[in-house]
Amino acid sequence: MALTGLFLCTFLVGHLAGNLQLILKTGEEGRRAFNEYAYFMGHNLFIKILSYVTYAAILIHVIDGIALTIQNRKARPVRYAYSKPGANSSSASRSMAILGTLILVFLATHMANFWWQMKVKEAVPLHTYKLEMDNPMMGAANAELYYTHVPGIQPIPKDGKNIIEKGTDLYIKGTNVKVAEGYRDLHTLVMDFFSKSKNEGALFAVLFYLISMIVLAYHLLHGFQSAFQSLGINHPKYTPLIKIIGTAFAVVVPFLFAIIPVIIYMNH
Amino acid sequence: MASKFINITLKIWRQKNTNAKGGIETYSLANVSTDSSFLEMLDQLNEQLINEQKEPVAFDHDCREGICGMCSLYINGRAHGPETGTTTCQLHMRSFTDGDTIYVEPWRSRAFPIVKDLVVDRSAFDRIQQAGGFVSVNTSGRTMDANAIPIPKHDADKAFEAAACIGCGACVATCKNGSAMLFVGAKVSQYALLPQGKVEAQDRVINMVRQMDEEGFGNCTNTGACEVECPKGISLENIARMNREFLSASLTADK
Repeated sequence: MALTGLFLCTFLVGHLAGNLQLILKTGEEGRRAFNEYAYFMGHNLFIKILSYVTYAAILIHVIDGIALTIQNRKARPVRYAYSKPGANSSSASRSMAILGTLILVFLATHMANFWWQMKVKEAVPLHTYKLEMDNPMMGAANAELYYTHVPGIQPIPKDGKNIIEKGTDLYIKGTNVKVAEGYRDLHTLVMDFFSKSKNEGALFAVLFYLISMIVLAYHLLHGFQSAFQSLGINHPKYTPLIKIIGTAFAVVVPFLFAIIPVIIYMNH
Repeated sequence: MASKFINITLKIWRQKNTNAKGGIETYSLANVSTDSSFLEMLDQLNEQLINEQKEPVAFDHDCREGICGMCSLYINGRAHGPETGTTTCQLHMRSFTDGDTIYVEPWRSRAFPIVKDLVVDRSAFDRIQQAGGFVSVNTSGRTMDANAIPIPKHDADKAFEAAACIGCGACVATCKNGSAMLFVGAKVSQYALLPQGKVEAQDRVINMVRQMDEEGFGNCTNTGACEVECPKGISLENIARMNREFLSASLTADK
């Protein structure tokens, strides 16, 4: 539990860094930055390996958690008629299994909403760009073209417009002529999902996200520092620091995750 | 402090034997001196029950001065009652007020089967201890004086704090998982910290943890409840030390 839990904490940091691009940059620049990031995350070999390690870590964490919970319940077949657990332990520490289950439910919806669309369904629109070209390919002057990602060739800003150098393949709208793979527009998918003007259920989605982040915060509040104890790291010099960092982590990380859909909801 | 007399209602777990079905029984007890200890109050109840030709309540007790580890009892939802750092025999009726209803239950753990009423069988702890909680000494007649081995004061103190564990089982009783990690952690630590114990440290921790799992105790999820309820104030540091010892022994020992 401890090793997978701490690994998943590092995953949260990476995921958060990616998500923050949704609000740190706005407009077309933000859209491009996020979609480029999403492309990188989907195509880099190292990230790919890391993603499988993450899936495995989640599975092991869940299976191990269920197995331990079953063992622990068996260890007390007859329960107390009257018990006052609040007198000696925190509610978060006693509710890790239920908090974890709620996180798993959130994770299932979260992956259905984004991961499934992106990885399996391929229902994500491609990232399109309005381009004006000096030497339009296939006669598509001033046409709406899919902006493509081809390693090594980047659009060059020229007179305030993005020009794609000759030789870069494009996907031409309306023609279904696939010239090259474009960015999947995950940015728009996410923005629309949490946008009150685009999605009728956005308020529910945002509220569910917020509640899930509170649940995650409670899970981390106990989990972070508990992992160190399980690994045998308990020392008068370091433990107070670990507890402070754990509390800060449990508050700051879910908070930053949570403000993203709220900001999207309010602004779009 | 002037002594008072209070009237209380007791809700006590009664169970004929290990296999019988138990249940909570309610008893009224009048004129309990606030100066009496909790166990003296139970003595008073038993006297009343005997006079009424009823079966007295069975409960464990021995030294009645907080050092033998024999008394137990889950009182009003807490192991050894509402005070911290005390055993049930050190709990006094002045901690309660007139008209109180007091729940008294046995330790609840699969590894501690109920013998009768409030008495549980804690021999699982003995078997864990026998699995490695000792230092082998060759009694050849040339045994070295223990004081000839220099031990840093800090380590000696830590070992002594761990050895203060009286094996009462409050940690298991209070843990939501019924885990015995604080007990085993203390027993592992009291030897692991001393040079005499280091020799067998790897086998000890592996064997004791193995026995602990075999007895059917739960797993530690670090709620910290045991440390709060332990009458001897055994620290969670001992669980971390056992985890450390166990991890390194599992990775490096032959077995």
